[in-house]
Amino acid sequence: MAAVLVWVVTAATLALFLSGRWWLPEAINAQARSWDSHFNLTFWIMGAVFAAAQLALSWVVLRYRSSGEPVAESGSHGNNKLELVWMGAAAVVFVGLSALSTAIWAGVHLERAPAGAMRIEAVAKQFAWNFRYQGPDGKFGRVKPELISDANGNPFGLDDTDEAGRDDITMAALRIPAGTPVVLEMQSRDVLHNFFVRELRIKQDLVPGMRIPLRFSADKPGTYEVACSELCGLGHHQMRTQLIVMGKEEFQKWQQETLQQLGVITAPESR
Amino acid sequence: MAAGDLAATGRDYGSREPVVAAPPPGFVRRWIFSTDHKVIGKQYYFLALFAAFLGMALSLLMRWHLIDPDRKIAWLEKLWPEGAAGGIMTPELYLSLMTMHGTIMVFFVLTTVPQSGFGNYFLPLQIGADDMAFPRLNMASFWTTFVSFLVLIAAFVVPGGAPLGGWTAYPPLSGVGAIAGPGMGLGMDLWIVSIALFCIASLMGAINFVATLVDLRAPSLGLMQLPLTCWGWFTTAMISLLAFAVLLPGGVLLLMDRNLGTSFFLPAGLVVSDRALQHSGGSPILWQHLFWFFGHPEVYIAILPGMGFVSTILSTFARKPIFGYRAMVYAMVAIAALGFLVWGHHMFVSGMNPYSAIAFSLITMTVGVPSAIKTFNWVGTLWGGKLWITTPSLFALGFVSLFVSGGITGILLGQPAMDMYFHDTYFVVGHFHLIMGVAAVFAMFAGTYYWFPKMFGRMMNETLGKAHFLVTFLGVYAIFVPMHIAGIVGNPRRYPDFKEFEFLADLKFLHTMMTHAAMSTAAIQLVFLFNLFWSMYRGSVAPANPWHATTREWSSDEYE
Repeated sequence: MAAVLVWVVTAATLALFLSGRWWLPEAINAQARSWDSHFNLTFWIMGAVFAAAQLALSWVVLRYRSSGEPVAESGSHGNNKLELVWMGAAAVVFVGLSALSTAIWAGVHLERAPAGAMRIEAVAKQFAWNFRYQGPDGKFGRVKPELISDANGNPFGLDDTDEAGRDDITMAALRIPAGTPVVLEMQSRDVLHNFFVRELRIKQDLVPGMRIPLRFSADKPGTYEVACSELCGLGHHQMRTQLIVMGKEEFQKWQQETLQQLGVITAPESR
Repeated sequence: MAAGDLAATGRDYGSREPVVAAPPPGFVRRWIFSTDHKVIGKQYYFLALFAAFLGMALSLLMRWHLIDPDRKIAWLEKLWPEGAAGGIMTPELYLSLMTMHGTIMVFFVLTTVPQSGFGNYFLPLQIGADDMAFPRLNMASFWTTFVSFLVLIAAFVVPGGAPLGGWTAYPPLSGVGAIAGPGMGLGMDLWIVSIALFCIASLMGAINFVATLVDLRAPSLGLMQLPLTCWGWFTTAMISLLAFAVLLPGGVLLLMDRNLGTSFFLPAGLVVSDRALQHSGGSPILWQHLFWFFGHPEVYIAILPGMGFVSTILSTFARKPIFGYRAMVYAMVAIAALGFLVWGHHMFVSGMNPYSAIAFSLITMTVGVPSAIKTFNWVGTLWGGKLWITTPSLFALGFVSLFVSGGITGILLGQPAMDMYFHDTYFVVGHFHLIMGVAAVFAMFAGTYYWFPKMFGRMMNETLGKAHFLVTFLGVYAIFVPMHIAGIVGNPRRYPDFKEFEFLADLKFLHTMMTHAAMSTAAIQLVFLFNLFWSMYRGSVAPANPWHATTREWSSDEYE
């Protein structure tokens, strides 16, 4: 019975994983595509080890089961050589996989952002996102925590008296131009939150008291869901925003229009 | 220590006459405030049995809610007038059920049964001691655990209800009080007090286990002759001493942040629910370090004794000595030691230094090596044997299968780059439920069916036992394998419903399947419960050594 059960769960598990009915969404940058290829490597190794171990287990059960209560049996106490070979093989595979994926980790977290990367500030709170763009002056305006007020539409606590803040754009969704490196400077003002975009294969906590930079770019225009992935309270499951990747020109147009609405720049003469 | 105590603990090295103290007179001294390790072992077992069914009931409520979040359940309102007004479960009630499910299962089931339950009962018998080294400390450990459990349950009935911050209780959510959400006021305080009491109880228990193992072994019994069960309890006790000793002060600091205005885990500039808080200088990440310095070794607290049971049980039923005994001992010690150096793999996305993630990852991968060794040796133990298929041996085999299935995905999650996608998704939920949850539970079932004849003098019903195994084995795979798939799609955990996100709509079928699998698996546990209690009174009378095992407990004439 035991052997058959092990076959059943092994076959069903493999079938579910290999069906491809539910899988990763399409990757939208080079980083995410190299993530995918390392995931595939790990996935096939895991699958092979899983299947081999379950088959070995069911095989010994099938081969060495006895009908009824067997008499005492003596047998091997072990084999040190096999033990060492097995240990070496496991160590090489496990540690090797981890070492191989270090490049992907380093690409996200250890490399410096290229000069001219676009800086965007993200502030999370229970249970909403806010993003702030520098205006034409290339500076973020001053903020003061005591000015933070959602009721007054000032989630960042922007200080009106600071000229540099007049042209800052604040939005609830994150819009970025395709193919442009972005540095998202992430903060939280209350509890832990997490910025997760499946298509970028990136997930990073936002921690109160810290300003954590996250560097990425996206090649493929489209709208992607951002899900909070660190428990933040009773509205955690509703803490959603969108990453909107726009063509470069489209993005510039959007930026101009928004600045016009803010009254920072005047609209070009309409004919 | 009085002379009488020396005799009672068997520490009189002058004579090796067994000193079996007569059970104390009176119901209360014998069954309630008992110092007898066997009675205390059973007390732990039954407390945990109750906790396990409670924790399971909470999980069923969650699963039932997930497949139809707008469903009206009239009786739910009677239990939680606020949390389920109109019979519809609120998100905060869901999250509090989740928090309590995790806490109950991790502390009062996984930590309690394998170590405190079976360990108390069988460690002294297996090493030829008459009792634990400190019987009254042992009694104090149990009753502290009991009070800790009551304090935790009390969180359900206080205003605001049980906390919703998860069993990991990350600040600032857990540190700023009721303004962070329902249950984060008094309920959260009770949670912390309960865990602190549990830490104290576990520390007392661990000291007792270590002292017993070091001091009270029969004179001829060397460390390298101990059954692997004893090695499991020994390494677990060592881990407990170090791990709970860190969680306890962590809990005290969190309590101080909440009630005394300190700022260990709370930074400056917090604005919660539009209110600016007066804290400064603390770090939310510090809690994660303290918590996971306990929390990761806790995984091994749950699984190491089970590894011991399974090794002994497989060897007994294959009629063969354990394959690679020394390698098994070294692997356990290596797991226990390395287990203290890998806590950072829970924090890859936390904002800690990204260089440290690489170090934590490499050490995490090396913990996989002793685990692979153990699997290899279990298969080696069966190899060339004559395997007697019984309920205990089936559950031990099931353990090996689940240990592989749950462990293998650790290779993926242990890589920081891969974890950037899988952290806090259902992939992780599937992973830890398989390896830490049900693998450990299978070891408990194996232990229960195996040792029941010794503990109660009767046999459990084999037919019911095998049916229990069949449905449970298929059931847990059907619950937890699809969770991995949901994780690959990116499904975040700790969501009371999936309505807000377009990409989650596609997972309805999988979640429905998991819920039905959970219902079936839970139903068959009632058969186990029936078998357990029915066999206590009506089971066939057990011979002294029904499985023809070679460890000492079967030749001891101590029964309770």
